Amino acid sequence: MANAITIRRRRELLIGAILLAVLAVLPLPLHDVYTRNLIIITLLFAGLAQAWNILGGYCGQISLGHSLYFGIGCYVSTLMFVNGHIPPPIGMIAGGLAAAAVALLVGWPCFRLSGHYYAIATVVIQEIAYLLALNWDWIGGASGVYIPFRGESWLNLQFRTDKLPWHYVVLAFVALTWLTAWTLEGSRIGFAWRAVKDDVIAARSLGVRIFPSKMAAAGVSGFLTGVGGAIFAQYVGYIDPDSILSGPLAILIALPAVLGGVGTLWGPLIGAAVLIPLKELSSSYLGSSGSGFDLMLYGLLIMAVALLRPQGLGSLLKRGADAGAA
Amino acid sequence: MLETIAQVVLSGLLMGLIYALVAAGLSLIFGLMDVVNFAHGELMMVAMYAVFTLWQVSGLDPFMLLPVVAALLFGLGIAIYRLLIARALSVRFNKGMVQIFVTFGLAIFIRGFAQFVYGGEFRSITGTVLANRTASLGDVYLPLPQLAAAFVCLCAFAGLLAISRTEFGRALEATREDREAVALIGIDRDRIFALGWGLGAATVGVAGVMLAGFYYVSPNVGANFALIAYVTVALGGFGSMLGALAAGLLIGEVEAITAAVLEPSLKQVGMFAIYLAVLMFRPRGLFGKI
Repeated sequence: MANAITIRRRRELLIGAILLAVLAVLPLPLHDVYTRNLIIITLLFAGLAQAWNILGGYCGQISLGHSLYFGIGCYVSTLMFVNGHIPPPIGMIAGGLAAAAVALLVGWPCFRLSGHYYAIATVVIQEIAYLLALNWDWIGGASGVYIPFRGESWLNLQFRTDKLPWHYVVLAFVALTWLTAWTLEGSRIGFAWRAVKDDVIAARSLGVRIFPSKMAAAGVSGFLTGVGGAIFAQYVGYIDPDSILSGPLAILIALPAVLGGVGTLWGPLIGAAVLIPLKELSSSYLGSSGSGFDLMLYGLLIMAVALLRPQGLGSLLKRGADAGAA
Repeated sequence: MLETIAQVVLSGLLMGLIYALVAAGLSLIFGLMDVVNFAHGELMMVAMYAVFTLWQVSGLDPFMLLPVVAALLFGLGIAIYRLLIARALSVRFNKGMVQIFVTFGLAIFIRGFAQFVYGGEFRSITGTVLANRTASLGDVYLPLPQLAAAFVCLCAFAGLLAISRTEFGRALEATREDREAVALIGIDRDRIFALGWGLGAATVGVAGVMLAGFYYVSPNVGANFALIAYVTVALGGFGSMLGALAAGLLIGEVEAITAAVLEPSLKQVGMFAIYLAVLMFRPRGLFGKI
């Protein structure tokens, strides 16, 4: 029997497929390098925010240190490629697994902490990793690592002449994160996560095993974030602690999900589609020479959305859809 | 050897008192209304720029400007509460997340504003009577601006304790204990929250002015101190003044010792590691209420 939930989930899958098709042809008429780059970065952050959303949204554990997993994905994949000549598609998985392992290692002690204590612990652990990376010469220290160009190919995941292949790489990443979220949302563990988020005590009384549920969310979230990091490293061709392990990056990973709607399937996509172009455009048109005006705008935007739309921008669409159905 | 140890311990103590006072303002606001102010470091930065500007305009000794800046920050704290926090508290969805991101947005806004007005370069205040002077105890040298800062921090702590004995302090404590019940005995919760924000901002303002006597000012100076403040507050236990003082001193000592024994660039790793270690055994911090 197809109940309301099954129908809704099928509809979501259909919308997802249509959106994927639209995004697949979107860059074809846009030949401008700047625009293509903007779309790629937006998609990448949509995927990262979706990865964050699994732990921070569905499971309700507000991590403010996700750049740690991003950075680990970057470093593992890059060092394997640079020192070991291992192709990035393999390094990406290794990076994701390493990030997942670290996420579990972080979660093991930190999931005993609640609320603000957990959020601050995640910031601190990320900050320790950042400071250590700055001082660790074997992984490039503060000066970072350049990724040598070894010929344009999918195996090397390096494309110089055209940005189009990159578009499909990040689109595949977004599709992966979205499908993961969609699958888990309807599964037993997805219900467990929402129960943990809403009321830990009630969840426990219903037989939800709190700690394993949180660990599962951390593992999945860490893995996907690490994969995103590995893609980013290959895309920009240069990594250093400031660009891949920093506190502001951790916020930027979480923010699209918060703006679009936490714990929702579409929130991270909507949030990224609004936030990332706004941020990139304002910093390239207003922020030249670091005048700070772009930061003021960015801050105002965050405050405005948080206060005016606490349930996220995605809820605007939802209301429209409901009205249309009625 | 003995002098080196004394030097390390004393400089850790002086810095620790500043950390403690920065954390006290944060802890006060958190204890009152369960809001972590992620713009706390930026309030400190505002105080530093305020004293810098007033010093340049008036030519007065920066330390004499302390009451003016504290009053300014008090007003700023109240304004932030009225304009932003009161609204964030009345939100019905995702309350915790709204509070985090409203104060985060505020932090980014203030940082951008400072960058906009003052540019990114480092500035320092040289006009204090104490600048570049040191006190010496045998072979141990202590810069006077830091000694003064530590002394003022101690006074500010005493002031906070004194306030907690007054009628207002008792209202603060009562609001903390039970936000709903205080309305029944005629305490205006909104007013107490606003004053709490004013007091929290003024506290970090005092720390900022004293810090500006020996520390450079830049739009990003707050971020680093804020992180230390969160660690201090979480280590001491949210909402506990005594916890903030004890944890601030501990953090200052650990930092000084790590810098001396290991490497100065790793000094924060030491304090963060101590924080994590303590949290493993006491998830609510040293003095936090379980």
